[in-house]
Amino acid sequence: MNPLDVPPDPAVPFQPRSGRRGTGFLTEPLRLGTTPSATVGPYLAIGLTWADGAWAAAEGTPGGVWIRGRVFDGAGDVVPDAMVETWQADPDGRFPSPEDPRGPSSHPGFRGYARAATLTGEFAVFTLRPGRVPDGEGGLQAPHVDVSVFARGLLDRVVTRVYLADETAANAEDAVLRSVPEDRRATLLATPAEDGYRFDVHLQGDRETVFFAV
Amino acid sequence: MGGVRARPYGPGMTGTTSEASPSGLHLPRYLREDAALRTPVGFPEYRSTALRAPLRTPVDLPHRLTEVTGPVLGEDRVRPEDADLTLRNGGEAIGQRILVYGRVLDSDGRPVPGALVEVWQANAAGRYRHVVDNWPAPLDPHFDGLGRVVTDGLGRYEFMTVRPGAYPWGNHHNAWRPAHIHFSLFGRAFTQRLVTQMYFPDDPLFGQDPIYNAIPAAARHRAVSRYSLERTQDNWALALEWDVVLRGTEQTPFETDDDGDVA
Repeated sequence: MNPLDVPPDPAVPFQPRSGRRGTGFLTEPLRLGTTPSATVGPYLAIGLTWADGAWAAAEGTPGGVWIRGRVFDGAGDVVPDAMVETWQADPDGRFPSPEDPRGPSSHPGFRGYARAATLTGEFAVFTLRPGRVPDGEGGLQAPHVDVSVFARGLLDRVVTRVYLADETAANAEDAVLRSVPEDRRATLLATPAEDGYRFDVHLQGDRETVFFAV
Repeated sequence: MGGVRARPYGPGMTGTTSEASPSGLHLPRYLREDAALRTPVGFPEYRSTALRAPLRTPVDLPHRLTEVTGPVLGEDRVRPEDADLTLRNGGEAIGQRILVYGRVLDSDGRPVPGALVEVWQANAAGRYRHVVDNWPAPLDPHFDGLGRVVTDGLGRYEFMTVRPGAYPWGNHHNAWRPAHIHFSLFGRAFTQRLVTQMYFPDDPLFGQDPIYNAIPAAARHRAVSRYSLERTQDNWALALEWDVVLRGTEQTPFETDDDGDVA
């Protein structure tokens, strides 16, 4: 399709097939329209199941902890067809990613990323306690895990953060936590459990988890 | 100025030069698409969103290290045969064979190389190989509906499959999903993570599908592939082209180096 083929009487604002928009030809940077998100639907297990999904840190890594939790809907029912993904720093506060401007970390056995379904009613990821990560403005963030939740009935992922309830001092000075209304901060705290932490996600309701716009 | 500030980053930085930057590094800021062009998380006509889509306004999360980094999930996760969904279980899938190809770009137009692309879909009869899907359409013993590829150095991907069928889903009376292929993509950063669906051109089922119509009208065309005669393979397969655009970064073309005194 020739991008100059403007329909004579467009029912919707014309956009070329490429998604390029704006009238800044030659004067503004190229900007493509982003692809819109869609729900993962009920059959995500077909495409997104990995045998090693749960292991942000390799099985048996010393100091490893499980983060377990459930996802609840607005009626208080457990959501059994969600997928939870986690991404976090290693215990030194560094990331196994080439996008870390300090250089990628190489903590043995640490992937930093996990994905887990809620088919059994509960998700579980095995990881290491994240270290404190610089906030880019001279301070340090409290240890945290970025979380995406995908499910049928969610047309886009929802994003939240896990903080550790036993990091009281670090949490008290964390800029992101402080940006959250005080009466809702507890929804972001994972509580110590036998083999790690518990973190439940409430999609709606009185205890609706704080979700973030990233 | 009052001497060198404690730098959070040691190795790799010239920590002994004077007037160190207060932050020690520049982090990209990923652009947010206009709200009017993004799919809302909930949409009343899609009934399952009623009890699941959060109701409170999300809190803005600044883009710090956790958000601008992302996992490396590459070649070791895919095998060459994962790019051909038409050959499974020692036989050929039934259906209209199609080549689906395109590029993964960011909104600056830069290709995203080495990106993991996971796809899943119904078979030609509109049936998923999944315990929850039991409507009376046949399963195909030679089709499992799962594909995985990693983009090449120019951000290109392609896979061979069969055109998925439409299927009923009970959202409303006589509700049928338009044919679609599910896509899951990782870019370079947590901010770029995307799960979406690719549609086929001119599907007559678009008008009654709330999942398609949840996309703002001005952005719907971005979810629709186009037939490609150039890549259609004579006597073998039709081709469909679909580019996926992930979020790009704010352009700062005249940014100066905070550590200006070092080369």
